[in-house]
Amino acid sequence: MVAYALRSLAQAILVLLAVGLIAFSMFRFVGDPVANLVGQEASQADRRELTQRLGLDDPFIVQFGRFVADVAQGELGMSYRHGRKVSDLIAEKLPATVELAFLSALFATVAGIVLGVFTAIRRNGWLTHVIMTASLAGVSLPTFLIGIGLIYLFAVELRWLPSFGRGETVRIGWWSTGLLTESGRQSLIMPVLTLAFYQLTLIMRLVRAQMLETLRTDYVKFARARGLPEHRIHFKHALRNTLIPVVTVAGLQLGSVIAFAIVTESVFQWPGLGALFVQAVQFVDIPVMATYLLFVALVFVVVNLIVDLLYYALDPRLRAGRALAAK
Amino acid sequence: MSTGARLLVSTLLAGALLIGAAEARSVKWARSGDSLTLDPHAQNEGPTHALAHHIYEPLIIRDNQGKPLPALAVSWMITSDPTVWEFKLREGVKFHDGTPFTADDVIFSYDRARQPTSDMKSLLSSIDALIKVDDHTLQIKTKGPNPLLPANLTDLFIMSKAWAEKNNATKVQDFKNKEENYAVRNANGTGPFVLISREPDVKTVMRRNESYWGKGQVPLEITELVYTPIKADATRIAALLSGEVDFVQDVPVQDIQRLQGDDKLRVAVGPENRSIFLGMNVGDPELKTSNIKGKNPFADKRVRHAINMAVNRQAIQRVVMRGQSIPTGIIAPPGVNGYTKDLDVIPPNDAAKAKAMLAEAGYPDGFSVTFHCPNDRYVNDEAICQAVVGQLAQIGIKANLVSQSKSIHFPLIQKNEADFYLLGWGVPTFDSHYIFTFLYHTKTDKEGGWNGTRYSNPEIDAMTVGLTKETDLNKRNQTIAQMWKVLQDQTIYIPIHVQTLAYAMKPDLEIPVDISNQPKLKFVKIKK
Repeated sequence: MVAYALRSLAQAILVLLAVGLIAFSMFRFVGDPVANLVGQEASQADRRELTQRLGLDDPFIVQFGRFVADVAQGELGMSYRHGRKVSDLIAEKLPATVELAFLSALFATVAGIVLGVFTAIRRNGWLTHVIMTASLAGVSLPTFLIGIGLIYLFAVELRWLPSFGRGETVRIGWWSTGLLTESGRQSLIMPVLTLAFYQLTLIMRLVRAQMLETLRTDYVKFARARGLPEHRIHFKHALRNTLIPVVTVAGLQLGSVIAFAIVTESVFQWPGLGALFVQAVQFVDIPVMATYLLFVALVFVVVNLIVDLLYYALDPRLRAGRALAAK
Repeated sequence: MSTGARLLVSTLLAGALLIGAAEARSVKWARSGDSLTLDPHAQNEGPTHALAHHIYEPLIIRDNQGKPLPALAVSWMITSDPTVWEFKLREGVKFHDGTPFTADDVIFSYDRARQPTSDMKSLLSSIDALIKVDDHTLQIKTKGPNPLLPANLTDLFIMSKAWAEKNNATKVQDFKNKEENYAVRNANGTGPFVLISREPDVKTVMRRNESYWGKGQVPLEITELVYTPIKADATRIAALLSGEVDFVQDVPVQDIQRLQGDDKLRVAVGPENRSIFLGMNVGDPELKTSNIKGKNPFADKRVRHAINMAVNRQAIQRVVMRGQSIPTGIIAPPGVNGYTKDLDVIPPNDAAKAKAMLAEAGYPDGFSVTFHCPNDRYVNDEAICQAVVGQLAQIGIKANLVSQSKSIHFPLIQKNEADFYLLGWGVPTFDSHYIFTFLYHTKTDKEGGWNGTRYSNPEIDAMTVGLTKETDLNKRNQTIAQMWKVLQDQTIYIPIHVQTLAYAMKPDLEIPVDISNQPKLKFVKIKK
């Protein structure tokens, strides 16, 4: 187990280095930060001076080396756009994104499993047809359209929910949460639905397909032959065997939900990491862009690791396999 | 209690409530981007100054037409020595923390703004010395006469010296520094609103400054101001329609008509002090991106005139801008000293004649060139470029459009790397000199920074520099007129239009479009 953890750690560091290198080689195509850092009256000499001061005229490998050395010392640099520490900015925006992502993933998983099981059991019911048709929309409609549609319906027409922002937040230590206030909870509803929609349909379709397959297997037939009640067959035997691939997919999706909440955050002016990144790209805020990309890589590495471990926990065969191998 | 008495009490209560409601008016103000920093000298950028104007104040402000008004200075004049300006400062003004405002604060702030890491330093580069005559009189000695100095001071905000020293904020944010400057998220000005809280990119809350010096002179009826950036156009407009915000800047042109039709909203439309135009490489012997080798078509005045004729400004106004622009024949916006109606001549749109002129210049089959365009800076910038590409195709010029972010586009112009490009230019000093020095002067380390045309005319350069020293206004204006006559004939740039702005708001607010796009909400009256 220790060897496994060490191997994972080494892999993680390699992945992070590779992501950093690729990211840095891309930044030059995003533009010149000096164009945004000084006003239009700045002279050519001023611009050159600032370029040198920020080390932007160094070869990219030197800039990358400097960045890696700084990160290794826990120094993420100053944001060009905000004039503040990148680590402070990330810590400030992280709670908004994490709350949004976790609630979305939770909602998508629970609702996805429930609907998936339902549509598998009632294979030909009229409600199943409605759900399956609606899920097609979930897979194919772009996120921003869903978001804007929700805003116009629930904020502009019905005026039930706020159209942007997080509402009032409560600070608990350095964490800020919207879950403890009325306006905070209301503000969460639409972004969570928007972000969850795609994942929900994905999980639902996956559960349904797996469940249908499981229901055709021999052991389910034997269970029926033994005269077990239908609900026991469905929920005790079939569902458990359906869930293994679902855990993998849902886990990986959680990573991408945290990482790519960008569109949802932009539509709802959600003050999270995605919105921070979009603005950093427009401003060519290199320290923020680099840190964000590293953070996303880190999230994926960690989530993958956890999914691997969960896999062992859920599937007894894997444990048995290892136990045998150990002997 | 009798029924009558009860009625009386409830009427009184209702009356008190109504008065309370009318007196306390919180205004939520939304625009597409946030102020970058509260540090008043760190960023020379429109939205940053627009917010700062509510907390901090300069010596001189501008009204919504660009006319200078006294703020922290009550009067200013050139002394008998033409290199010395004297400013009488307002007495009895207090910063939000209660410390009195004096000449020391002005000297401190201008020194701070002249630090190497300040983005405001180029506006003060002509200053030689700041001299305190007494607590409320300041003399500014310039390196040579500078009649334009007051025009450069309208976004130079005054900080409290004592406050900056106490909070270790005497230096402007340096990006090499690893610590955040206190002034980035805290503020102590003399302005009409006091900062309560700021969460960058989320919201900035201000309340009315009850001891503001201008109380009684300006309406100052807004009691609380909440500034919230909302980046997505659709969401920003939705927030206005749902009543969550009261005042929206940056209304997209496609929404103006719909909002004007809504009787629960008011829309204000007006010109911005900014023109949009095309620039051409007129100086190089050969264009890098053209199929014509050995010569430069843009160097031929006839070609430039042909393009000027081929660009159909009315069509761009109608189709691309949905009527929200003012077609123009000169890159100086109206209201800028030097602009005249006689200069603002739009040549008749005539493709046949333009084609004939091209043929006469030796390009009967036209030519090809790469056309650089920003896609995130001006109203519908990319769509304007697409229209221009179509119009130039009619006379045989094949412009290959490259649309990019302003962060890539602007350096191309600054480094002389574009042959043909679109640019917009605002004139914060409201004087033609600002256009000459940045857009027409030969590119040097100090001047011509935005002249991507390689145009270099020693006479124009000499006259441009001369303008900064001429204190005789009549003579100065004559020189400006003379220069525009030459430059209009040269047609180094192809003017397209003056950009217009639209603000949308609740009907009880009346906020006119500010020509510099820096609405000052202390002037807003609330309709009852």
